[in-house]
Amino acid sequence: MDSEWVIDAQGLEKSYGSGASRFDALKGVSVQIAPGETVAIVGKSGSGKSTLMHLLALLDKPDRGTLQVAGKDAKALSKRAVNELRNKEFGFVFQQFFLTPNVSVLDNVILPLKIAGMGGRERRRRGMQVLEQLELVDKAGNKATTLSGGQKQRVVIGRALVNAPRVIFADEPTGNLDTATGAVVEDILFELNRSQDITLVIVTHDEELAARCDRQIYIRDGLVVPQTAATHTGAHAMTTAGGPA
Amino acid sequence: MRIKDLVATAISNTFRSKLRTTLTVLAIFVGAFTLTLTNAVGAGVSQYVDAQVGALGSPDVFIITQATDASTAGDGPVEFDASSSASVASNQGPPGTTTKALTDADLVTIGATAGIESVDPIRSVQPDYIEYDSGTPYEFSINATSAVTTADLTAGAQLDGGASEAQLVLPDTFVLPLGFASAEDAVGASVSIGITDILGEKHTVDATVVGVSLESLLAAGAGANDALIAELADAQSSGIDTAVTSYGVAVAHFDTTLSADAITALKADLATAGYTARTIEDQLGAVQTVINGIVGVLNAFAVIALIAAAFGIINTLLMSVQERTREIGLMKAMGMSSGKVYTLFSLEAIVIGFLGSAIGAGVAIGLGSALSAALSQGLLSGLPGLNILLFEPASVTFVIGLVMLIAFLSGTLPAQRAAKQNPIESLRYE
Ligand SMILES: Nc1ncnc2c1ncn2[C@@H]1O[C@H](COP(=O)(O)OP(=O)(O)OP(=O)(O)O)[C@@H](O)[C@H]1O
Ligand SMILES: [Mg+2]
Repeated sequence: MDSEWVIDAQGLEKSYGSGASRFDALKGVSVQIAPGETVAIVGKSGSGKSTLMHLLALLDKPDRGTLQVAGKDAKALSKRAVNELRNKEFGFVFQQFFLTPNVSVLDNVILPLKIAGMGGRERRRRGMQVLEQLELVDKAGNKATTLSGGQKQRVVIGRALVNAPRVIFADEPTGNLDTATGAVVEDILFELNRSQDITLVIVTHDEELAARCDRQIYIRDGLVVPQTAATHTGAHAMTTAGGPA
Repeated sequence: MRIKDLVATAISNTFRSKLRTTLTVLAIFVGAFTLTLTNAVGAGVSQYVDAQVGALGSPDVFIITQATDASTAGDGPVEFDASSSASVASNQGPPGTTTKALTDADLVTIGATAGIESVDPIRSVQPDYIEYDSGTPYEFSINATSAVTTADLTAGAQLDGGASEAQLVLPDTFVLPLGFASAEDAVGASVSIGITDILGEKHTVDATVVGVSLESLLAAGAGANDALIAELADAQSSGIDTAVTSYGVAVAHFDTTLSADAITALKADLATAGYTARTIEDQLGAVQTVINGIVGVLNAFAVIALIAAAFGIINTLLMSVQERTREIGLMKAMGMSSGKVYTLFSLEAIVIGFLGSAIGAGVAIGLGSALSAALSQGLLSGLPGLNILLFEPASVTFVIGLVMLIAFLSGTLPAQRAAKQNPIESLRYE
């Protein structure tokens, strides 16, 4: 069953605004992600990486194209099923930390479990376990605002991890961090992939981080650039606009 | 998300912006405080009036007079009729009207009306003084209707209408001046009542004190049973039989099992026969209507204050939704349903409403009780038994519930805003 658990996107298109201010952020992108894989989505700023990640994570709906998750058409899923999927199977690391201020580190980490309706004791146990894994146990009771940038990012990863997801979507997980701290966070993510077989979808413009992934998807102006031709100027002509997989 | 967690989260969110929450709560506090107090005034006064109704008469009693002649003005003088016009101006009707007296024939007619069980004339007696054990005499009056009323007793028992001994219920203000140590001490004592007859001669009549009552606003004077009234009336008339027996007012008992409709019908029957029959409630109805009107107006002001506070809640929550856009986006991204987001913000509104109303009601009860106690010792000491502020658990609960409902309704707009938010736009929000 696990082998079927893939994300299969075909010809995704997404545009923002309408009329003269209309902007086509994605112009037909096809992507397949297999279980246990680590995939980097690479591209310049504004190329549509975050937009693509949001569509793959069912946070947004494409204007055109199909998306299948675990063999099921995303369009056919009920709102409830989509919420359930995001809550149980996905973990998120967004471009910003999005930690709730004035709430303890532990409470921030267990938010997905709270939303899932898990009981208080079990929630706490799982949260502490994750904080231990990330070496943040001594900060469990601290307010999230009192942490350093690197600690905050570890809390964010803890929050993405606490529900034992199949896939973690990470949008620029090291973008806010210095190189050394960034390397620590990267190590944590790849260790999760290795030990718990969690699929990683990492959005980044950092070539080094991208190189650590099994596979790289290059995006330019809303289109996928074939990897081998990525450095060629004539790559535009060879884009896989809505082509069959 | 579990309901328990939603409530806990809502409570902790409410306290996140302390100053803003405090100010909003303060606005609700004012409304809830006022509403609790006005309700308490209404309840306090109503309870007092009810007690007075009890003091004035039992619920199965009509006060019957001759119907007032409304047609006299403009119709010229009415011809004298010895049988019906016998004795006019009994001073028992409302001011500005003259009431014809009731004769024995009238009493027979009234007594024969279906539904009326008994009818008794009220004979008014004017005693001069009361004294105990040859001590200082005090001016004294007897409430003519006391034989049919229920006194608000502090000691002893009610009058026994059937007893042959002369019985008296003494107002408690007489207890100490007459030389009794306490109300209990007075019960059972024999007192002397002085009365002057129509020829100017003085007599004394002895009576036994059977009870001590609180002074009543609407039925002033001591209570006397039929035996005592008869004895006093005999002394007053000095044995001379005044040619035509006439009474200003009669008291008629009717069947206690009659329904409200049947009582109305019975009144109509008596009206056709030419008598005005009023129950004690009828007589106090006007008073109660006025009181209810005043309390209603005060309540309206309190509700206006609450409506103003409702806008405060809307404003506070809209700001809160705006401020927490990213947090809402995050929760939705992590699979929280729109319904749960809506519930969360509605609960925050309800928590604010509950805080404001509970504190408002609590402070109103605290301050009001102190004020009520102080007033009944001072300004309102002339009205014993009046608790100007009466806090009934049901009405306090109702106020808190009402404010929470208003808060919930105020929360619907902000909650809807929050529930409708698109997670992606919220997460991109700066
Ligand atoms: N809500 C929106 N309305 C209009 N345009 C939008 C909206 N969201 C995104 N865009 C546009 O879509 C394009 C792609 O945005 P996206 O966030 O996917 O870029 P990105 O590749 O993640 O860039 P970065 O590396 O800077 O995060 C950008 O040009 C952006 O201006
Ligand atoms: Mg981005």
